[in-house]
Amino acid sequence: MLAYIIRRILIMIPVMVAISVVTFIIIELPPGDFLTTYVAELHASGESVDQAELDALTRRFGLDQPLYIRYLMWAWNFLHGDLGYSFEWRKPVSELIGERLLLTVIISTATLLFTWVISVPIGIYSAVRQYSWTDYFLTFIGFIGLATPNFLFALVLLWASYAYFGMSVGGLFSPEYVEAPWSLAKFWDLLKHLWIPVVIVGTAHTAKFIRMIRGNLLDELRKPYVVTARAKGLPETQLILKYPVRVAINPLVSTIGWTLPELVSGIAITAVVLNLPTTGPLLLRALLSQDMHLAGAFLMMLAFLTVVGTLVSDILLAWVDPRIRFGAREAV
Amino acid sequence: MTKEVKLQEKYLNASTKQLVWWRYKKHALAMIGLWAIAILYVSALTCEFITPYSKDDRNLDAIYAPPTRIRIFDDEGRVRRPYVRTVQFDLDTQSMQMRFEEVPGTYNPILFFVRRSSYSFWGLWESDLHLFGVDPSARINLFGTDRMGRDMFSRCLYGSRISLSIGMLGVFMSLVLGLALGGVSGYVGGWGDGLIQRTIEIIRCFPAIPLWMGLAAAMPQHWHALKVYFVITIILSLVGWTDLARMVRGKLIALREEEFVLAARFAGAGHARIIFRHLLPSFTSQIIVSVTLAIPHMVLSETALSFLGIGLRPPITSLGVLLKEAQNVTTIALYPWLLIPVVFVIVTVLAFNFVGDGLRDAVDPYSR
Repeated sequence: MLAYIIRRILIMIPVMVAISVVTFIIIELPPGDFLTTYVAELHASGESVDQAELDALTRRFGLDQPLYIRYLMWAWNFLHGDLGYSFEWRKPVSELIGERLLLTVIISTATLLFTWVISVPIGIYSAVRQYSWTDYFLTFIGFIGLATPNFLFALVLLWASYAYFGMSVGGLFSPEYVEAPWSLAKFWDLLKHLWIPVVIVGTAHTAKFIRMIRGNLLDELRKPYVVTARAKGLPETQLILKYPVRVAINPLVSTIGWTLPELVSGIAITAVVLNLPTTGPLLLRALLSQDMHLAGAFLMMLAFLTVVGTLVSDILLAWVDPRIRFGAREAV
Repeated sequence: MTKEVKLQEKYLNASTKQLVWWRYKKHALAMIGLWAIAILYVSALTCEFITPYSKDDRNLDAIYAPPTRIRIFDDEGRVRRPYVRTVQFDLDTQSMQMRFEEVPGTYNPILFFVRRSSYSFWGLWESDLHLFGVDPSARINLFGTDRMGRDMFSRCLYGSRISLSIGMLGVFMSLVLGLALGGVSGYVGGWGDGLIQRTIEIIRCFPAIPLWMGLAAAMPQHWHALKVYFVITIILSLVGWTDLARMVRGKLIALREEEFVLAARFAGAGHARIIFRHLLPSFTSQIIVSVTLAIPHMVLSETALSFLGIGLRPPITSLGVLLKEAQNVTTIALYPWLLIPVVFVIVTVLAFNFVGDGLRDAVDPYSR
């Protein structure tokens, strides 16, 4: 098991290097460098430009150096916790993204748990009562959930709650807690607001999981061991929950790898609509104003979180599924 | 010969295509989806003719006009042919909003095949024939109007033309990339396979929307709208091809060891011939299913990007560009008809999903 985990962590290193290259390419993509944009903005707002400051910035980011040196400097700084400097906010990037990343992690974890909690019972029910009216109804709801993109769902919800209940569902905190330091009361307030983005982002995945569990369970239920167990007189509930369901929910863990990027992606755009203080809105703003260090740090951290999430899911899977654990040992 | 035997014979003699089509027809939702797609594409292709106004027809007198009511009863309660009333508008000086009131007793029947504003159909020929319209003194806005008094119904159809075409074009590009790279990966194998697989893994590590946002935001603002359109399509297919490539690779690896491939090689067939004549046809149906399920994904992604303001931008009108106007809660609360493009998006996505699911069941010979 330990050897497997170490091997998985070692594989992460080249992946992270490749991700950093892609991120750096995106940072460098906009025409001109950010310093030029910065200077132009300063000129436009009538502020004077301090040549010494410019020189310092040029040197700090190696703007007079060739591309690969710039990449190495950027990556080196990144590894040492210096994520760059936001020209729009005039603050180091690390000060800006910390809390937002944390909220993104909280929402994606909550969403993942939500989809599991909802989809497992529904999936089992749909499979056991195949072709019943409830099954058809749930399948239909699932299709609608699958077809409605997160941000459109958010938009419609926003409108409905405003038009019919006269309240705004945006944000993650009540006004009095927005600037407050973290406390138990603030956390409780967060929980009260959290369900809206969680439901919005979770719907599509819940639908996907329901279909997956339903399909897998249907396959399992037809297998001879189920008939044997039934012939031996095992109670139906115990029979279904103990054996076929355990096999059928395996994909929940094994698909975290591609579910996580989709969740993060969905949260990013939902957050823009609902104006949540997560990475999405700030990333969009940074991209639009070409504040590329901030945007790059976001992209890098989001991809990093995804990779770590996949790692956790792989370890979890090896722990759940002995076939993978032993397969790994043979391979080592 | 009895009828039953004849039917049986028909079944036994049927080609694969016919069998698939028969199985497909039994799937009610899939048939509904097929019809919905047909209607969407036909109306998108001929939107100049179907819409009563052009997408940029401004009417500054009717800003944010609500959907026009179509009536069939007149004031005396008699049935008339469908008509609309002339709408009077004035500015409420207190709330600074337009007020719309129907003028009682006015009668503007809906006319079919009318000659109104001229347009250039597909840029090929000039015409001024529209499917329906009303007397120029009145207006018919089935879905209301937007902030410049442009007809939302017309804009939705023009928008779905762009969104649907992006779906097609994007999927076509990912298909080409997916077939080529997945093919090399699966058929040739070796270090090329490793390289391509690692690339796919790294692309899939990125959350798609932030990655697209990063790439799309790098486009200079001054670019021509058409160039933006193509670049956005390329950006979308940059991520889309990975799924197809994986599928193609998996199939090729499974099939390349089969006896018929060995036989073809002994018969002297080249690699290209083996791939295109022997291997690809054996899983064309799966490719079609994947493509059908990939199109709605493209449509959604384009809508999302344009909605955020980093995808397509005016003067190109796509469903996402239309929805960008409906970003603000207060705007939607006052003018809920601006959300109508959402319906188009959902119908498109649902229809493609139904068709894809139906096809998957139909091409699977082991399903009943």
